[in-house]
Amino acid sequence: MSTLRILVPVKRVIDYAFKFICSFSSLTFLQIKPRVNPTKTAVVTTGVKHSLNPFDEISIEEAVKMRERHIKEPSKFNPKVDEIIAFSVGPTKSIETLRTAMAMGADRSIFVEVKEGEEPESLGVAKLLAKIVKKEKINLVLAGKQSIDSDAGSVGGMLGGLLGWGFAGQACKVTFRTPSVCIVEKEVDGGTETVEGHLPMVITADLRLNEPRYASLSNIMKAKKKKVDKLTAKELGVDVGRRLLTREVTEPLPRQGGGKVEDVDGMIKRLKDLVTASL
Amino acid sequence: MISGLGSTLGRLARPYRAPTTIFRSFRTRLLSSLAVLEQRDGKLNQNALRAITAAQQLGGTVTGIVAGENIQGLVKEISVIQGIQKILVVDNPAYEKGLPEIFAPLLVENIKKGGYSHVFAGQTAFGKSLMPRVAALLDVSQISDITAIINENTFVRPIYAGNVISTVESLDNIKIITVRGTAFTPAETQGGSASIEAGVDPKAEFPITWLFENLSKNDRPNLTSAGRVVAGGRGLKSKEDFDRVILPLADALGAAIGASRAAVDSGYADNSLQVGQTGKVVAPQLYLCTGISGAIQHLAGMKDSKVIAAINKDADAPIFQVADVGLVGDLFEKVPELTEKLKEHSV
Repeated sequence: MSTLRILVPVKRVIDYAFKFICSFSSLTFLQIKPRVNPTKTAVVTTGVKHSLNPFDEISIEEAVKMRERHIKEPSKFNPKVDEIIAFSVGPTKSIETLRTAMAMGADRSIFVEVKEGEEPESLGVAKLLAKIVKKEKINLVLAGKQSIDSDAGSVGGMLGGLLGWGFAGQACKVTFRTPSVCIVEKEVDGGTETVEGHLPMVITADLRLNEPRYASLSNIMKAKKKKVDKLTAKELGVDVGRRLLTREVTEPLPRQGGGKVEDVDGMIKRLKDLVTASL
Repeated sequence: MISGLGSTLGRLARPYRAPTTIFRSFRTRLLSSLAVLEQRDGKLNQNALRAITAAQQLGGTVTGIVAGENIQGLVKEISVIQGIQKILVVDNPAYEKGLPEIFAPLLVENIKKGGYSHVFAGQTAFGKSLMPRVAALLDVSQISDITAIINENTFVRPIYAGNVISTVESLDNIKIITVRGTAFTPAETQGGSASIEAGVDPKAEFPITWLFENLSKNDRPNLTSAGRVVAGGRGLKSKEDFDRVILPLADALGAAIGASRAAVDSGYADNSLQVGQTGKVVAPQLYLCTGISGAIQHLAGMKDSKVIAAINKDADAPIFQVADVGLVGDLFEKVPELTEKLKEHSV
C-alpha cells in the first residue's frame, strides 16, 4: 500500500486543565478535580467541563502533520495521506469531540453512540475499532497512549492483538523509511527505544510526539460541514458488554500538609524526625 | 450456560468485602498465578519482584516465566526468590527485547498450557505494551495498574490521575493484570526454591525489528525503586541550574533524580525522569522537591511517598498542601544551603 489511510480514535473526557479565575487581587488556579457521587458508584460527570483527551489531540496532530509533510515535500519518507478518519464511542456529546478532531484536520468521523455511563471498556472499544479498520481499509491507527479518566492505557495494545498488527506504544517520533515501513521511537523506562515495523500498524502517542495545534475559527466552521457517520455496536457486530464491573469508587484519603518551617535548619530537623518516624 | 449465568448473578450480588474464610480456602486451591518476570541483559527488573508479591497475596500457586538470551545465570537467581514454586524458562534471543508482537504469543501459549487463573506483570513500558495484547488474544479485559487485591476477582486501581480510587470486579476467567510497583513490596530474593521447567516456545515471527535504544546512564539509584528522590521543576530555570542545584542535593541524600513535566518539556531534565500521571509513579521514603508547584498530574506520580518535603518561593503553591515539611524561599539560596548542611548532618 502506498498511501496512508489513518484512523484516529478520540475520547471525550473530563477536562484536565487548570481553570483560571482572575480577581482584582490575585490570579487563582482552580483545578478540576473529579468528584465521586454520593452513592460512590461513579465520578460526577454532569455539569463538568469535558474536552478531547489530550493524548488523542496529539495523535490527530500527528496524522495531520503526516499529510502536510507529503503536501510540502512528497517522497518515500513522506507518504501520501489518503484519508484521516476520527472515531469515537460515547454519549451524544462526544460528537463535539469529533468536531474538534475534524477542525484540527480529520476528514470525516465515525461515531458509535452509547448511553452516558455505559461507555464500553478498552476491550469493547478495541473490538469496535477493529471492525472500523476493516470496513474503511485503514492501514495506520494513531491512538493516544491512555485516556486520562480511566488511565488504563490498553486500547492500542489490544487493537494490535485483535488485528494481528504491529504495535508501537508511547511513540515520541514517527518517521517513514518507505511508504510502508515505519520507524518509531518509543518512550520506555530509562530512555527511548526505536523499532521498525511494516504497515499496517497501531501506534500510540506519547505527550512528546508533537505540539497539537489550535483549531482556527474558519476550520471550526468547516468542520461543521464534515460528515459524521453514526453506527451502533450492534450494526458492527460487536458485543461491548462489560467484563469489569465497578464496585465502588472513592476519593483517596487526603494528605495533610505538615506545615512550614522557617529555615533550612528547621527543615533538616523536621526531616530527621519524619524520616526516623516513617522507618 | 444457566449455571454460568447463576454464578455471574451470584457475583453481582455478593458483597466483595466479606469473602468467608471457607469460601476463600476453597477457592485458593484453584488459583494459580503466572508472574511475568521482566528481564534485560540477564538482569531482573525490580517490578518483577513486586509482581511476584502481588501474585503471592492472591494465594494459590505462583509460577514465574522468564524469556530471553543467556538467562541461565538469571534463572538460578530467580529460583531462590521467595514465593515462586516453579519457573518456566524460554531461552531464545528472539524474546530478549520484549517486543509485544512475539512475546504475547509466547505468553498466551504458556497461559493456555498451564491453565493459570491470573497473570501478573509490572506496569512498566514492557508490561504496558505486552499485557493488553495478551488480553486481546485471550479475549479478556485487562486490569491495569492495580494497587491492591481484595479477592481473586476484585482489585483496586487508581483512575483520574490517582484522584479517584476504583474497586473493580472482573468477570473474566483469566485475569490479566499489571501491578503498580510502588504499591507492593519486592519479594525476598533469597530463601525460596523453585523448580525449573522449559516453557513452551511458539517461535512466533513478526515483521518488526528492534533497532536501537538510547537509555540515560548514570550511577544513581533507579527512579522507580529509589528510597529517596530529589525532584526539580520549572523553578530551576535552565538545564545548567538544574544540574548545578539538583545533582549535589541528590548526591548528599543518595537519592534518585526526578523532574516535573514542565522541567522535562523545557529540556532541563531527561524525559525518563518525569514523575507524574504521564511519567513515572514513585513512592519513596523521602520525596524532596523544589521549584515544583504541585499540579494534579504531578501529584499523581508522587503523593504516596512516605515523607514529602518541598522548597518553593510561592507560599500558596499547592505542593505545600501535601508536603509534610515545607520551606518558603528562593531555591537558588535554600537548596545549596540545605545541601551543605546535609553533608554535615546526614538525614
